[in-house]
Amino acid sequence: MSTQVQMPTVAAVALRAVDKTFGAGGSKQAAAVTALTGIDLKVAPGEFVSLIGPSGCGKSTLMRLVADLEQPSAGTIEVFGKTAHQARLDQDYGIAFQAAGLLPWRTVRANIELPLEVHGVGRPERRARAEELLEMVGLADFAGHRPDQLSGGMQQRVAIARALAERPRLLLMDEPFGALDEMTRERMQDELVDLSAQTGCAVIFVTHSIPEAVYLSNRVVVMSPRPGRVSAIVPIALGERTEGTREDTTFFAAVTAVREALRAPDRQGVEPR
Amino acid sequence: MTVAIFVRRVLTPVIFGVLLLVVWQLFVDLRDIPGYLLPSPTAIGTQLRENLEDILASARASGANALIGLIAGIVLAVIAAVVAAWVPLVERLLTPMASAVSAMPIVALAPVLSIMFSATSDLPRRIVVAIVAFFPVFVTTVRGLTRIDPVHAELMRSYAAGGWDLTRVIRLPGAVPYLFTGIRVASSLAVISAVVAEYFGGLQNGLGSRITSAASNTAYARAWAYVVAAIGLGLVFYLASLGAERLATRGRAPSST
Amino acid sequence: MKIGAGPGRPWPGRRHLRSLGAGIAAFVLLILLWEGYKLIGSPDGFSLHDVRLLPRADDDSMPHVWQVVQRFSEPEISAAGSSSVLVAVLKAAWFSFRISVAGWLGGVLVGVLLAVLMQRFRTAQDALLPYIIVSQTVPLVAIAPVIVGWGGQLAVFGQPWQPWMSVAVISGYLAFFPVAVGMLRGLNSPQPAQLGLMHSYAASWWQTLVRLRLPASVGYLVPALRLAAAASVIGTIVAEISTGTRGGIGRLIIEYAQSATGDPARPWTAIVGAAGLGLVVAALVSLLDVGLSRFNPAGAR
Repeated sequence: MSTQVQMPTVAAVALRAVDKTFGAGGSKQAAAVTALTGIDLKVAPGEFVSLIGPSGCGKSTLMRLVADLEQPSAGTIEVFGKTAHQARLDQDYGIAFQAAGLLPWRTVRANIELPLEVHGVGRPERRARAEELLEMVGLADFAGHRPDQLSGGMQQRVAIARALAERPRLLLMDEPFGALDEMTRERMQDELVDLSAQTGCAVIFVTHSIPEAVYLSNRVVVMSPRPGRVSAIVPIALGERTEGTREDTTFFAAVTAVREALRAPDRQGVEPR
Repeated sequence: MTVAIFVRRVLTPVIFGVLLLVVWQLFVDLRDIPGYLLPSPTAIGTQLRENLEDILASARASGANALIGLIAGIVLAVIAAVVAAWVPLVERLLTPMASAVSAMPIVALAPVLSIMFSATSDLPRRIVVAIVAFFPVFVTTVRGLTRIDPVHAELMRSYAAGGWDLTRVIRLPGAVPYLFTGIRVASSLAVISAVVAEYFGGLQNGLGSRITSAASNTAYARAWAYVVAAIGLGLVFYLASLGAERLATRGRAPSST
Repeated sequence: MKIGAGPGRPWPGRRHLRSLGAGIAAFVLLILLWEGYKLIGSPDGFSLHDVRLLPRADDDSMPHVWQVVQRFSEPEISAAGSSSVLVAVLKAAWFSFRISVAGWLGGVLVGVLLAVLMQRFRTAQDALLPYIIVSQTVPLVAIAPVIVGWGGQLAVFGQPWQPWMSVAVISGYLAFFPVAVGMLRGLNSPQPAQLGLMHSYAASWWQTLVRLRLPASVGYLVPALRLAAAASVIGTIVAEISTGTRGGIGRLIIEYAQSATGDPARPWTAIVGAAGLGLVVAALVSLLDVGLSRFNPAGAR
């Protein structure tokens, strides 16, 4: 697991009073939807933070705001001290979506090289970096394969390798393991823990799964819907993740804490559904 | 190819075809059908052999018309499709025109094109083929260029990639299967249009004119021999475009028919 | 059934109206291009190595648009009592229209039956489909004498075979292909999960056909019907020429083109008529699309 949270270095991600409303443009068919209100959240460099909550709580929207794929209706978002927009232009983060999104006409290696190619990195350097990443995710033997020859888990590994291609200090992941079976999922979680320790990057990880959030994170941000907001933040103190961590009593206690945070009505007194 | 697929895809139609030929031959022989109604397969075969040289020469002429018109149509269609994907206005103008043109008999333009250009060159026919080939290739290629997986679009946005990067890395490679689907349709249309355009006058050097002259001399077995050549030409074009499609999309998941 | 009823669902006709508007705009653009070229082009066109690459721009080769329009109102031939070109073209178009409709109906019927047969029996599909595809590479003129010859031997409902029937058969020959192929794809389109559902109801092949496959195939049938309409018009026109049937627009195009040196605008009137015929038939099929929209909520492309 990465180092403990240290202030006063610049936060990896800082959201202040962020609101996001969709459909406020006056179309008579869709009423305006408040996806997020009053979000205050800081992620320290090297910290692993999960966002968890029921459908409609805005967790994916929050991640997309950090990625500058959406713009906030109110509030500010800072990534490494810059605006989210500037951070995207400076390529300070790597992103992995729920669908691996590999280009079917490229080999695995060419897919990993995609961001490097787009940003004008020379061929030998690209090759070398791609080899490194393939080793890191354990797919060195599949470099020349095409995406449709890989399983779902392998495709996601390629997507993660691609996200790490430019050594970002921040990783944004939107339920990347959602489509995988439980055994593969647990394996991928182990790999991700290793990877984030190796690279030392901060991670914002959106998930539906309580054990996954607890296993991976330093802190679990619990969100609730209507309107989307942060209802609790659960710190996780599990130490180094080993084979036995998932069967540990402290692990179950943490899972229970998160579950209860998800169930509890939040401080504003709005009843959950 | 597994045995089962071979039986299904190749053997069954071949056996069916052979049976059909046998029944045909028997029918003509036993019922004593006169040659002007239905020539027998053996009569057609004889004519094929006797006129082979001329058949090949006229097939080459029609084939050249079809090929040149096809290539011209494809090139123009790809350019137009790229422009249309870039400038939505162009797409909105050309696509309804494509539907309209596909409803109209383009070969009807052959006579006036002869007047406009020249009655003694192959150009009017090739123009007809180019027009006929243009629209299917244009429609499918535009569809391929404008259909982007939203995940890929978001990925490129996260890379702060410009419009040209998006086009080069995502749109163009993604459009290739669509382009070849259009080419496959256009190639069969090209041969038929090249042959049919000959009925409307102009140079009489291709298969169409041979068929009409044989038919007007009631030499139907000979006419059918040229018809077989025309079918063969169409098949060659179709298979060539199918092969090109397989080559270009190799490695991707197979598309539907 | 109210057309397009349902909150938030745009009227399917709107798509067609928008296409119509854009089509008219494109047509106007074409006319501007035509006249524009006539302004700047040379009467000899532009030749490269003896091959004329750009057409002759003089009035004999490329009549002005308004000359063509005017020609419609003038008499067809210089003999006294001749009706106007417009009347002649309309009559010919009407003649061809009726034949096209007959051919289209026949082709659609045969196409649908073949598709159902091929869906029912995989062997039939394996054996027939390649030949169905190849059938479209047979140039029409080859079948024309055969059809005419056979027709002479037959009698339909006690009446002798008419020449127009040969044309209708050839027209149907072109029309059946897109319908057979499209309908087959549509019949085979239901997902395994849906087929599994019907199987779990112990539904017979016929029930599955009527309740699942046929409605699922509407989205594929409609564009095929449109293609078949265009094909039937082309088939009619070419068949008219190859069978020598008088009275239709195909014959008219050839006749006018043969006398084009004295009368350059007249062939274009026949072409406009043929194009108009194609558009009318396509528009009629689009009406069908609107009517069948209940089964085709996503809209066929």
